[in-house]
Amino acid sequence: MRLFGLTQRTLAPWLFLAPGVFIFLIYVILPIFQSINISFYAWDGLGEKTYIGLQNYVELADDDAFYTSLKNNVIWLVLYLLAIPAGLFIALFLNQNVWGIRLYKSLFFFPFVISQVVVGLVFSWFYDPSNGLMNILLNGLGFDSIPVLADERFVTYGIIVAGLWPQTAYCMILYLTGLNAVNPEQIEAGRLDNAKGWKMLWYVVLPQLKPATFISIVVTVIGALRSFDLVSIMTKGGPWGSSRVLGYYMYEKAFSEYGFRMGYGAAIAVVLFLIMIVYISYFLYKMYRDEKGY
Amino acid sequence: MFPAPIERRALPLQWIYKVALPIALVLWLLPLIAVFLTSIRSAGDITAGNYWGWPTSINLIANYTSIFENTPLGKYLFNSFRVAIPTVIGAVALSCMTGFALAVYQFRSNLLIFFMFIAGNFVPFQILMVPVRDLTLQLGVYNTATGLAMFHIAFQTGFCTLFMRNFIRALPRELIEAARVEGVSEIRIFWFVVLPLMKPAIAALSVLIFTFIWNDYFWATVLTQGVDSQPITAGLYSLNGQWIAAWHLVSAGSIVAAIPPVAMFFLMQKHFIAGLTLGAVK
Repeated sequence: MRLFGLTQRTLAPWLFLAPGVFIFLIYVILPIFQSINISFYAWDGLGEKTYIGLQNYVELADDDAFYTSLKNNVIWLVLYLLAIPAGLFIALFLNQNVWGIRLYKSLFFFPFVISQVVVGLVFSWFYDPSNGLMNILLNGLGFDSIPVLADERFVTYGIIVAGLWPQTAYCMILYLTGLNAVNPEQIEAGRLDNAKGWKMLWYVVLPQLKPATFISIVVTVIGALRSFDLVSIMTKGGPWGSSRVLGYYMYEKAFSEYGFRMGYGAAIAVVLFLIMIVYISYFLYKMYRDEKGY
Repeated sequence: MFPAPIERRALPLQWIYKVALPIALVLWLLPLIAVFLTSIRSAGDITAGNYWGWPTSINLIANYTSIFENTPLGKYLFNSFRVAIPTVIGAVALSCMTGFALAVYQFRSNLLIFFMFIAGNFVPFQILMVPVRDLTLQLGVYNTATGLAMFHIAFQTGFCTLFMRNFIRALPRELIEAARVEGVSEIRIFWFVVLPLMKPAIAALSVLIFTFIWNDYFWATVLTQGVDSQPITAGLYSLNGQWIAAWHLVSAGSIVAAIPPVAMFFLMQKHFIAGLTLGAVK
């Protein structure tokens, strides 16, 4: 069957792709460029846009709140990576064949399934200075209460701990699946060579867990850079903006009581996007190498 | 197996392990357990500051009926379903087709389109926020479940395409070649040869996307406002503002909000984990 001189096999992929590619271009790809464009304008979201060139970026370069957010993003990124060793540790702990272990594995995975809104509420309450469990325990041990979420020094760390809870569960499940696929013969061979404990883990098991580690890093980095929900729920960026991250600061500038500065918000988003681009390129490069390796 | 099976260890160690397991679990889930215990307390306990002692009375039914009767929680839940279900159907349907096209046919821009889907899937939401909100306003679907679902369908198509494409690539190619030799048309190959084999992938993606969308908070706050369209995540947050110091109600609401994805996970656990790892680890 031929249509306009094209064979079915050259035409078919485009017909199958058309709806998906169309909606993805409209809602995801195009908006990236639109945002970059908006970042060169002053715009309140309703009225006329005024072209102001790089002025938003110039203002950004001199904005303390921006640097606080950027610094917090870096802290998030570094500390969030702890989810990977923690997930591996729990996975190793649970990788046994005792009665009921499957149920244990699913229950350990629980935090990842529930919404970050719930996680945020649970932890805000855990940190509550008057009745929170953490401070009751601290008082019980003879220490003073620490109002984690109201203290500029601790607030970001407090939120990150809340974020690490589901993220660790995610890494754990990736490693558990990875451990299932570890070649038992190599383990036995390692045992014959007297490899044990750390040595076995480092030289025999971890190399085989490479795909799980890679995906853990990818999802954790992206999770850290996407942090928004917990900040919004637990502190709204406070106290005095000290727990803002770029994602939240952008939202605040563009849509909140501080006024609708779409252009400035877009400029912040562009910076966040540029940071993310580094990771996206790395991921695509690796995928590309794998594809060519077929 | 690594670490060495515990059955091969000394007996006391086996016992330590079996005791350590439940203790570790309770510690790990302590925040959730506390929430559940609070959700069955009376208002009296809360004002008296009895958060961690034994509840003076068990108000399980009273608290849970109260949040449905006195707040629009039910409406929020309904909105969540109105967003999550169409998104699952839309994104899975679209990605079955895109995944098929990218896995089966060789054409020059194949890898480019595939990478576009992957890259788009990783961008920070904030860079899409202003234009997507504008587009939604222009289409007249701002502040509706439809508008929210439309964006989610588009965005999730990226991840789903990655997943489906890799899944279909792993299927035996001979099946498709054989059908072509028989003169079966491409659309019938898709429908009768490939689609039936994709059932596990469809199941895995459906549970996973349902959970992702159910738990979405960012887009819910950007594209919806108010009780008529907001899903449970955004709703719970606004209720939290109204229920200051009514922690027993906040907790009950949180538990209710968590039930659908948790139930989904338990019912379809195998598919869920396959979804998380297969799409990712490939």
